Amino acid sequence: MTAAATNSGKKGQQMRFDIKTAGPAIALILLCIIGYLLNPAFLSEGNLANLLTRSAFIGIIAIGATFVITAGGIDLSVGSMAAAIAGVMIIIMNSAVETFGGGVTTVLIGAGSSILLGLGAGWVNGILTTKGKIEAFIVTLGTMGIYRSLVTYFADGGTLSLDFAVRGTYRPIYYDSFIGLPIPVWVFAVVSVLGWLLLNRTAFGRYCTAIGSNEAVAVYSAIKVDRIKTMTYVIQGLCVSLATIIYVPRLGSASASTGVMWELEAIAAVIIGGTVLKGGYGRVGGTILGALILTTIGNILNFTDIISNYLNGTMQGLIIIIAVWLQRGDWGSARRKKT
Amino acid sequence: MPDGRMENHSVLEADRISKSFGAIPVLFSVNMQIRSGEVHALIGENGAGKSTLMKILSGFHNPTSGSIRFQGAEISLPANGEAEEMGIVLIHQELNLAEQMTVEENVFLGREISRNGILKRDEMRQTVQRYLDEVGLNIAPTARISDLSIAEKQMVEIVKAISRDACVLIMDEPTAVLTQAETELFFRQVRRLKATGVAIVFVSHKLSEVKEIADRITILRDGQWIATKPAAALTPDAMAQMMVGRELSDLYPPLKEADVDADRVLRVKNLCCDGVRDVSFDLRKGEVLGFSGLIGAGRTAVFEAICGLTHIESGQILVDGKETRFASVAAARDAGIAYLTKDRKAKGLLLSKQMRLNLTLLSLPKFIRRLGIVVAAEEAALERAIRRFDIRALDHKTKVGDLSGGNQQKLLLAKVMESEPRIVIIDEPTRGIDVGTKQQIYHFIAALAAEGVSVVVISSEMPEIIGISHRVVVMREGQIMGVLTGDDINENEIVRYAAGLKQEATI
Repeated sequence: MTAAATNSGKKGQQMRFDIKTAGPAIALILLCIIGYLLNPAFLSEGNLANLLTRSAFIGIIAIGATFVITAGGIDLSVGSMAAAIAGVMIIIMNSAVETFGGGVTTVLIGAGSSILLGLGAGWVNGILTTKGKIEAFIVTLGTMGIYRSLVTYFADGGTLSLDFAVRGTYRPIYYDSFIGLPIPVWVFAVVSVLGWLLLNRTAFGRYCTAIGSNEAVAVYSAIKVDRIKTMTYVIQGLCVSLATIIYVPRLGSASASTGVMWELEAIAAVIIGGTVLKGGYGRVGGTILGALILTTIGNILNFTDIISNYLNGTMQGLIIIIAVWLQRGDWGSARRKKT
Repeated sequence: MPDGRMENHSVLEADRISKSFGAIPVLFSVNMQIRSGEVHALIGENGAGKSTLMKILSGFHNPTSGSIRFQGAEISLPANGEAEEMGIVLIHQELNLAEQMTVEENVFLGREISRNGILKRDEMRQTVQRYLDEVGLNIAPTARISDLSIAEKQMVEIVKAISRDACVLIMDEPTAVLTQAETELFFRQVRRLKATGVAIVFVSHKLSEVKEIADRITILRDGQWIATKPAAALTPDAMAQMMVGRELSDLYPPLKEADVDADRVLRVKNLCCDGVRDVSFDLRKGEVLGFSGLIGAGRTAVFEAICGLTHIESGQILVDGKETRFASVAAARDAGIAYLTKDRKAKGLLLSKQMRLNLTLLSLPKFIRRLGIVVAAEEAALERAIRRFDIRALDHKTKVGDLSGGNQQKLLLAKVMESEPRIVIIDEPTRGIDVGTKQQIYHFIAALAAEGVSVVVISSEMPEIIGISHRVVVMREGQIMGVLTGDDINENEIVRYAAGLKQEATI
């Protein structure tokens, strides 16, 4: 092996690697520049904090989805799951007010039950796909419908509202700041760091990648495939419950329209971030950028009159399609041939 | 075809056909004449060139030199199965049917009868029914392929061929997956077809079946034509002898004498699982135990069951004298047993990933410190593996899919050895790799055994099994037919056991 050969090999690979990893970051920077040009208030401290806070929900859920998708699965139920958890959490807290009052205990009971519900719901999705051997798409399509109808049933078609006695105690979780950053942003940051470590530095993350790229190889490599795959859904459930905990104090209510389309936004964030939809390659960092990009588009549309705010979905859809087109494996070589 | 029985009339003829893939020659000036209304068997060991010859005769490969004559005229066959239009049909071992469609839809696939864009289902159904009656197959044209038995599927393939007015039908091991009863049904239909004047070429490893059904037999060995003889003139034993008979070169390392008193590290008693019946054997410390037999004889199934990959129905497994049953591959690995799959691309390696990730995947717990993977330790392991196994790659970042087959195999070997097994099962150690790498792998296996590791080698290549094994177990149809030691380890003996001509009374 000559030094020249080594160098040229590395160079070619790094070039391709850079385009793919840097893509989402470049897109986000471009969006910010566009936002600033359209309205300088876009980069104001208040707007940035608002933007980060809003991306926290989708971001946290999308980090969970990164694991599911990397391991070759998909979870369509996250939006409904968030709504159902929010509903049950509100019911539990409202009844806890009678015994524990409107203090911290009630909020902790609510948060605790949210986490248990999230873990449980994720576990159900996982067990049905692995032990039940039903395709993830079908399982989570089913649970998506179930959770959505459950929240409608609990709210009796209307809205479940949090008892005003707890609102005061719970409100700061969404609205307060800690060292200059809103609390949801801190949660998002912590989940991001833990998610990155889990995917890139532990055996679990390695196993997710292996299962996603070739399940048969994983089986022959002594990986407990069913357990790892179930774990990814449990992590997804946990992320949903964390997102719900910081979401509930925002409006203090849950209804049939809570969390609608969150599953698609979460999946979109993951894919925009460079994770491969069919599994085998995942990027937590990319997912975070993906979530930020999606929220930024909505934010910019709110700021300007050029494009109607109602076209938010159109812009997000275009971004998703363009992102995936840019990430296509042969894009680099096709481009090179042309020039 | 009224003149179907004319003795010297060849419908399809290969004349001094040679074929090379790249620099590797696989056929040397082979002749074969196929006559109308005959069953012509093509036999030879794995790698003798049977498949290549069949593919040349059906147009899937072009010969490097030599010519093909069809109905007396020299032609060059069109590629990609278009020779079917001319009546030359190759039926692959992996059947080529759309599982979720009906018999009728499959038979007419791609040339449906229609008027103004509307399918004429009744007409097609009646046609298919007529063909089914013709071959005596009792299934409905509306039956779904996935509901049929393998023998029936095979017959649907044949019906498909007849419906295209096939005059030459070439079949690759049609009976390999059939039961005794299914084979008989199949043969009845083959005879019927033959009576209508169709020429049938078939490849089989089951020599007694060849004797039963074939009119003439062509034998290939190492890509060379050995003989074409009337079946009446050959016994299965004579066929086996003509198939083998090659000198062993020094491709194989000298084997250290087997220690017959060494501990029995693995004992398997009356193992039954899917495709395996009542298998019992012992493995000693530092021994190389060969497992020979035809493809599909159940060798892989035995070890996949032992290693916790598939379900065990009954039987005992003793490791170091203690009864065990591994619930998972991880449990087998922790007990020091590792299985190296024969399917390195689909089950062995992550082709889109780098070498480091592949190398440590099986033994990843070894590289964990305080919940995290120690990448430096992985890199060091990769350096060691590259030196120990002489893996040649452009650099460490090369995707495994871009490595040559030989280097992939060495990496897979490195991956399995990284788990430091005491018992290692190597399934087809040298499939699809060049001679130089083969030799390295044989020497490595011998060195392992000398260090006291027990090695099981499953291989369909007979010289390999003979060259590196202390003892050889021969399997056939899920059962152990015999265990060979010392001078009994030769191709004649193995072929006799593998083809079912001989069986040890008790093992």
